[in-house]
Amino acid sequence: MTTATTFAGRRLGRYAYVGFCACAFVFLVAPILVIVPLSFNAEPYFTFTEGMLRLDADAWSLRWYRSIVEDEQWGRALVNSMIIGVAATVLATTLGTVAALGLANAAMPARRLAMGILISPMITPVIIVAVGVFFFYSKLGLAQTHLGLILAHAALGAPFVVITVTATLAGFDQTLMRAAASLGAGPLTRFRRVQLPLIAPGVFSGGLFAFAASFDEVVVVLLMGGLEQRTIPRQMWSGIREQISPTILAVATLLIIFAVLVLFTVEWLRRRSSEVSP
Amino acid sequence: MKAPHVEYRNVQKSYDGRVLVVEDLNLAVETGEFLTLLGPSGSGKTTCLMMLAGFEQATSGAILVNGESVHDLPPDKRGIGVVFQNYALFPHMSVGGNLAFPLEVRRLPAPERAERVARALGLVQLEGFEDRRPAELSGGQQQRVAIARALVFEPGLVLMDEPLGALDRRLREEMQFEIRRIQRELGVTVIYVTHDQQEAMVMSDRVAVFRDGRIEQVAAPETLYEEPERAFVAHFIGENNLLAGTVVGSDGDICVVDTQGGTVHAFDVAGSAPGDEVLLAIRPERVGVQPDGVSADSVSDDSVSDDTGHYANELAAAVVDVVFIGDHLRVRLKVGERDDFIAKIPNIVGHGRVLPGDTVRIGWATLDCRALPPDPTVLQTEDDR
Ligand SMILES: Nc1ncnc2c1ncn2[C@@H]1O[C@H](COP(=O)(O)OP(=O)(O)OP(=O)(O)O)[C@@H](O)[C@H]1O
Ligand SMILES: [Mg+2]
Repeated sequence: MTTATTFAGRRLGRYAYVGFCACAFVFLVAPILVIVPLSFNAEPYFTFTEGMLRLDADAWSLRWYRSIVEDEQWGRALVNSMIIGVAATVLATTLGTVAALGLANAAMPARRLAMGILISPMITPVIIVAVGVFFFYSKLGLAQTHLGLILAHAALGAPFVVITVTATLAGFDQTLMRAAASLGAGPLTRFRRVQLPLIAPGVFSGGLFAFAASFDEVVVVLLMGGLEQRTIPRQMWSGIREQISPTILAVATLLIIFAVLVLFTVEWLRRRSSEVSP
Repeated sequence: MKAPHVEYRNVQKSYDGRVLVVEDLNLAVETGEFLTLLGPSGSGKTTCLMMLAGFEQATSGAILVNGESVHDLPPDKRGIGVVFQNYALFPHMSVGGNLAFPLEVRRLPAPERAERVARALGLVQLEGFEDRRPAELSGGQQQRVAIARALVFEPGLVLMDEPLGALDRRLREEMQFEIRRIQRELGVTVIYVTHDQQEAMVMSDRVAVFRDGRIEQVAAPETLYEEPERAFVAHFIGENNLLAGTVVGSDGDICVVDTQGGTVHAFDVAGSAPGDEVLLAIRPERVGVQPDGVSADSVSDDSVSDDTGHYANELAAAVVDVVFIGDHLRVRLKVGERDDFIAKIPNIVGHGRVLPGDTVRIGWATLDCRALPPDPTVLQTEDDR
């Protein structure tokens, strides 16, 4: 009798648990997924038309995808996003990795303070960073240049690299560096042949986060970028403000696919590297 | 005269600027010698190795290799092979890659590299393991790779910091033998660190006994065992009975010492004068035990007793405990106040048995009893046991 009650109770608890998880999942993902079917809308609206709901073939179309390709603004935005994103990532990854290495050195004074300052761009509201960067870079003539955006995005992306590389370094056995030194390897060789290969997963995922940070970024671009520096998020922004065209839904869908592919790549790389060095 | 291979001159080391982890180290290691630094945990052994390898700087003093100071040489320029306690093999390289690493750094041509790697693997009996990853090797095999890697670039000097610490006993003993064989074969100088005194005794030409950053004694294993100069060494190497006493007379090398159990003669190591406190050290296997009232002739051997059947040094004692080991009996005795005096009696047919509760006479040859400078901490640890 009692056993039966507890059993039923436990089952009820289990249903509640699964139900709660499902709700959380829908809450998180639904707003994103709803964009995907809308991007195939045949009409220039942001809502499901009756035809779409009836699954009329005519109500669906690829016209917004075609307009991405046809509209050269999107092409230019993609090129800009890539140039700025890649350059900022290279810069952020290099600087972030070097900073993390320095911060891991016990002999360095004021490590906590330096760490705090380095990752502050991640915590400070972006608008504050953007305004600060805007006024500062204007004085230097860097506003409305690619270089200015690259530098600003590198500053925003570097904290991710510092954090992931620092985490990887915590598991790095420093006696390996001593061993390499005793075998005759100078500082650069030690880093290149021993340390870098072993912390590469951290560097790589930090770089990926840095790229994503730049690729997503709209606030700094709004303030600092001119017409020549329009990136994809900036183009989407004007798509919403000025044109109100479902093209941005098509772009968003492509970005979602891109993000999913990146995540799979990272996971695949991670598995492969853990097979190599367990 | 040829300079020693390695020389520490008045070396001091402090990590925090207050506590000296190494106090005034003076030590010379000859070419081709196998020298072991032996001491309890935290006594500064690793620190001494790391200063020589170049990973730590001495706070003061000089370290010389082949007569020249290495103070300004970074570790990668010292050409010293190092075997680390945790092996420190590069996990992302194969065994062959690990061994080739020092040769690639030295820009040796590929054919010579391959030949040397193969030779080093042969030396540690790991032929055919080139393509394995370190993670695919057993602990003992990883250890061999670490040793091969420290030797493959043919350094004249190799440092080993507790290289066998992680291995089980059987493998340890096998590897002790292997390391010694390789060292003899190549004629390299080895400075070896361990806190296992048996390992030190088995492997070394000489052993330096460390304690709190100081060397207590440097000598061949046999000398350390037979002729300890400090109570700490007597206590640390093998087993020793330590008796506190006061010197009442002195005659050249021999002194007369009053102990709680009676007056004995001892070999005077410290050069003591009457009134000095000393610690007497007597090995358990050098102690003779005679049941009270039994004629000494029937039980004692000549070295211990004189013509009359009495020991040169004789004390009254009570048997507390007798443990039968097999080839010998381990007898625990109460001498004076303390009841931790140990005697090992060989199990010879016809030997008089002793039983707990018996009063006995114990004794030893004068030269087997060494009067050492007193050392409160050593007696303290005796008390704690
Ligand atoms: N990097 C360091 N910073 C500060 N103190 C240290 C450092 N390395 C060692 N010490 C201290 O120096 C003393 C000697 O350490 P060392 O490692 O040389 O001892 P050891 O004889 O090798 O001991 P063990 O047998 O445990 O390895 C210890 O008290 C230790 O706490
Ligand atoms: Mg140590």
